[in-house]
Amino acid sequence: MTVLDMRDVRKVYRSGDAEVVALDHATLAVDHGEIVALLGPSGSGKTTLLSIAGGLLAPTEGSVVVDGEDITGHDARRLTAFRREHVGFVFQSVNLVPFLTAEENLLVVDELGGGKGGRAARERARALLDELGLAARGSNMPSQLSGGERQRVAIGRALFNNPGLVLFDEPTSALDTQLGEQVMELIRREMKARDTAAVIVTHDTRMTHYADRVVRIVDGRLTADPVPA
Amino acid sequence: MSLKLPLRELRRRPTRFLVATVVLAFLSTLLLFLGGLLDGLYLGSTGAIRAQDADVIVYSSTARDSFLRSRITADVRSEVDAVDGVDAVGGLGFVLLGADVPGEADPADVAIAGYELAPKGVPEVSSLYDGQGVADRRLEDQGVGVGDTLLIGPAKTEVTVVGWVEDTAYLQQGTIWVNLATWRQVQNANRPDAAVADDVVQALVVRGSGDLAAAIDTATGGATSTLTVEEAVLALPGVEQQNSTFNQIIYSTLVVVLAVVGLFFSLLTLERLGLYGVLKAVGASSGRLFAGVVLQAVVVTIVAFVAGSALAMAAAAALPSGVPLQLEPSRFVFTFTALLVASVLGSAISLRKVLRVDPAAAIGTSS
Repeated sequence: MTVLDMRDVRKVYRSGDAEVVALDHATLAVDHGEIVALLGPSGSGKTTLLSIAGGLLAPTEGSVVVDGEDITGHDARRLTAFRREHVGFVFQSVNLVPFLTAEENLLVVDELGGGKGGRAARERARALLDELGLAARGSNMPSQLSGGERQRVAIGRALFNNPGLVLFDEPTSALDTQLGEQVMELIRREMKARDTAAVIVTHDTRMTHYADRVVRIVDGRLTADPVPA
Repeated sequence: MSLKLPLRELRRRPTRFLVATVVLAFLSTLLLFLGGLLDGLYLGSTGAIRAQDADVIVYSSTARDSFLRSRITADVRSEVDAVDGVDAVGGLGFVLLGADVPGEADPADVAIAGYELAPKGVPEVSSLYDGQGVADRRLEDQGVGVGDTLLIGPAKTEVTVVGWVEDTAYLQQGTIWVNLATWRQVQNANRPDAAVADDVVQALVVRGSGDLAAAIDTATGGATSTLTVEEAVLALPGVEQQNSTFNQIIYSTLVVVLAVVGLFFSLLTLERLGLYGVLKAVGASSGRLFAGVVLQAVVVTIVAFVAGSALAMAAAAALPSGVPLQLEPSRFVFTFTALLVASVLGSAISLRKVLRVDPAAAIGTSS
């Protein structure tokens, strides 16, 4: 079943009289449990595509349906609630709340949704950290964690609300090859175990074999690769 | 709505907020000090008039609302007595002098006040013999005790203190309330240039109903100038000027508070734009993030106010008793409320910045 269904999506930025087409009639469907790598040079539109898929940006044309919800016409308030409930994000830079422990960084998602960080939420956070190999790190501050550990906490945060779709923005760019591969392996394992769809933006071709499918983007246009070996 | 995040930041990174808290604490102390001085000066200047249990006070029209310049004759008094709505009329007179206190090297500053209608808290005048008076409690600081006979002014007129009254000071001097005969005796012996005849007083206090002021001034054919008690308080020399000067300084200080809170939280918000972008991306609304900024400003203000109040009270206790600083509960309430309003307004400066954080900026940024 399709989790992300983007059809004929265009995104046009206006700067003065000039029009910049960041995304040109992009159509992309991602199924449950499917991992798609989005590969492209900088300025190709992959950030724009990821932002539109996650409800951070509204498309100029076309439609976006995530988890059965058509978000094309959502206003900012509805998009905020939609992101909180249906999408997980893992960003490129270290983006944990610096004064919260690893466990609390996971619970932020629950609190933003009006949860009280109760026992069930705490147990879920601990179970996730355990799965991600961070059982002993729950009470550590981000500054006490390595880069790979921080990225794993960020993955835990993205998974906390059981989203149908998780979007990864260059998740390994700040890591060395070995750590990067470990993180990609973890992403693959977690996505498959949960049957969660993932779109991973990367420019690192060494990481694409963790994906089920590679989609290339150049000048805002998508072209699909054959399924990698 | 859970606001754990901003509270946790305050708890875990208190040093981040230390500078703002310390600056606001000193500003709180300054505000309480200024307010306390204003209250002290105001209360110490006006007690004898605020205590008047009357509706209006009648001066002679040439006195420009000053007791010391005012003279009301028996003729004018009987005209006032006859006005419709007037229930009771009493004479009033003040004289400011030094007084020798038994056992004290320095003379005390006293105001001898002659009265007929008892002000609030002052015993009926019939309970006092000639040469007796009840003294304002503030004279205790200058060595005066009940039973002491004070020698008033250069003529050393004797007045014996027979009891205490509270909050009736006049122009920063402790008032001694006496009957009109004793007041005249003190006035005429020590201020022969301003002597008053037996049936003359400085002013009249009047109890009654209706538009008394206009009725009285009409009935006396313009010989009098009648003020309500509140107007009479403000007509005392310097009171209105003191109020406006101090209030201007207090309001200017509040503008400084607003600027301090505004600048501090603007800088903090600027520092957090990246984090706010990420939090918005994962589902935090602008309202929640802004509420967090306001909450932090309010908590910082509360902590600063508590510290500032403690400092102000410690400093007030250490001051010599001559400084007219009076820390009234109402001043704390006013200062706290004003600080809260200023800090909420100050933190609101960050609202635009928070609103403008684009969650999409969280993607594609590497630092």
